[in-house]
Formats: sequence, C-alpha cells, structure tokens
Amino acid sequence: MRYKTYKVTSYLYFDDPKVNGMNTEQPMELRLWDYIDGHCSPTEKSAIEELLATNREWQQKHRELLNIQQLLSSSELEAPSMRFTKNVMDEIARYHVAPATKTYVNKNVIRGIGAFFITMIIGVLTILFTQFKWSFGAGSGGSDNLNQQIDRIGIDRLNSFNYARIFNNTYIIVFLSIAVISGFMLLDMYLQQKKQPS
Amino acid sequence: MHVELTDTEIIRRILQGEQALYAQLVQKYQQYVFTLVLRFTDNREDAEELSQDIFVKAYRSLADFRGDAKFSTWLYTIVRTSCITFLRKKKLDTTSIDNERTLTQLENRESGFNANTIEQKSKHAMVNTAIRLLSPDDAQLITLFYKGEQTLEEIGRIMGLEPNTVKVKLHRARHRLKEKMEKHFSYEVQDIQSD
Repeated sequence: MRYKTYKVTSYLYFDDPKVNGMNTEQPMELRLWDYIDGHCSPTEKSAIEELLATNREWQQKHRELLNIQQLLSSSELEAPSMRFTKNVMDEIARYHVAPATKTYVNKNVIRGIGAFFITMIIGVLTILFTQFKWSFGAGSGGSDNLNQQIDRIGIDRLNSFNYARIFNNTYIIVFLSIAVISGFMLLDMYLQQKKQPS
Repeated sequence: MHVELTDTEIIRRILQGEQALYAQLVQKYQQYVFTLVLRFTDNREDAEELSQDIFVKAYRSLADFRGDAKFSTWLYTIVRTSCITFLRKKKLDTTSIDNERTLTQLENRESGFNANTIEQKSKHAMVNTAIRLLSPDDAQLITLFYKGEQTLEEIGRIMGLEPNTVKVKLHRARHRLKEKMEKHFSYEVQDIQSD
C-alpha cells in the first residue's frame, strides 16, 4: 500500500516521517516557503493547497512559517543619527561627480593607437623579410641532399647578412622614431593623470 | 502640486548640477543602508561612519549608474562590497555558517548573550536581535529580501549569486533564524505561535 501511494502521489512520500528515516522537515518547509513567497508553479500551488486543506502537519507548519514571515516583514529598520544626512551632504560638497568612464575613455582612440602599432610592426617585419634574397641553388640529389643544401645556404645567408642595412634604412628609422616619441607621450599622459588629485 | 521625482530623475538632475537633490536619495535610503551595514559591524558608530562613506562613494560614482537596474540594487551592491572591505580590514570571519569553525565562533559570540537581559521584549526587538545573531551574509540576505524590497534576481546581482542559489540560501537563513529564536526567545516564540 505504501509503495502504491508512493507511485501515485509521490509528494506524499515525504509526508511520512517513517519512510527510510528521512528528515521530512526540510522539503516541506522549502515547498511551503516557495508557496508563501509566491515562487511555485500553479501545479505545485494547487498541490500544496490540497495538502493544506487535508493534512494537519502541513497546516501547523504553514501557520508556523506564516508567523515567521509576518515577524520578518514587520521588523523595523535601524535608524542612524539625526545628523546623518547633513554629514553626508557636507562631505559631498567637497567633491564633484566624476564623469562616467565612457566619456573620457574613447575606444576609438585606443583602437587607433593599437592599429598604428600593429601597422608599424607589420611594416618592420615586411622590410626585414624583403632584405632576404630567397633564391636557392638547384638540388642534385634526393630530398636529404636538398634539405642539407638549404640549411647550409640559410646559415651562410644569416652569417653574411648585413644587419647595418636594416638600421640604416630610412623607413626603419622613421618608424622607430615615431614609436619612441609616442611611447614618451603616453608615459607623460599617464604620469599627468597620476599627479592629478583624485 | 508636489510631484515626487523618481530616483532616475533625481540622479539626472544631480548630474546636471543640482547637488542638493542628493539629500533626497540619502533620506530615502539611509535607514536601509544603515540597517544592512549594521548586519556587518558590531557597533552603531562604525555602521554610521561606513554608511556615510557608502553614500559619498555612491555620489562620486553616480555618473556610472546606467539605469538598467533599480538605484537601490546598485546602491546595495556598493553597500555589500564596502562592508566586505571593512570586514577584511577588521579581519573578521565572513565565511558561511555552514563552516563548522565559524559556527563554533558564532556560538561563542552568543554565549555571553542572555535573552533575559533584554529590557524591551517587543516582537520587533526580538526579531532584530535574532537577526543580529545570524552570520553577516544571512542577516544581509534576510534584510534585503524583507526590508530592501529586492527580488531574488536583484539580490543575486547584489551578492553575485544565481537566483536559485539565493532562494536556497534564503531558506537556510530563515531556518537558522527560527532556530535562534527558539533557542533564545522560546517564551516569546511560544506566545506568538499560540496567537
């Protein structure tokens, strides 16, 4: 009979405290609080109302929780001193409302600076790669011989590469100058911001 | 005819330069803020000083209030972060009451407390005292739900929790509050339940 009840009306399973020695208080309380707070679904609400109409234990627990609900709802707020508002207004008189961060952090400016530096990096890399002569001698043997030849050529080229050509290049000098000046300007702006009183 | 301004309208006018209007917001929310802060501090002096700092902080950040939530929700978020910072400075334990060590500490805090020493045995005093015996998180949660007029979603925003988690925590807080009241105010609770 107990198992049949469990299958048909499973919520009543939790009402029998003898079943498996379970603590039946918690689920009942949680469901009743949901009901009191108005957080349960219409189906659950009907089920609980049916239980409240027929089950004495549920009625008693409901009354108990309603008393707590009423106590909590009617609890009083604590009041600060009479001078509280005046103290706050005296304090804020020294300040101005800080502008919203979106007004002084312009994302377009940040994107522009980012794009500039990325362009510079790409430019430097492009010029570097154009300095290499990417031609190799014809291979005479199988793939191993070819790889060895390529490795030897690569090392020779690196060893014979004239680095001074890069740093004497006009474009490189211009890019580096702009980068250094921009860096100093950003550093100056950052230090100016730190100096300003908060 | 006096038309009561909404919080959003008041904030808009404050940002346009009418600083004096901020007093309206302070008067409207001072009790809520003070009550919430008192859940975290041990004395009224600290609570009052911290509450004033919170309102000043809120004023200075007013331009960042986007209006996508209620002003009270935004303000209570500032309350919570300020209270947690305050407690960190005072090095008080703020972990959940589920922690057994914290429970022991709280029990020790209660040991010097005797319900019979309360002069005013009104229901309000009993409830407020019982709330003060809870952990700061539980006390703040109950205050936000019952006095702060915040929904579960709004409380979740303030405390950085999912609404379902807030619901479970609220249930546990109420359960613990009931235990505190039954433990310390057994006569009063019996009187109420017999009504």
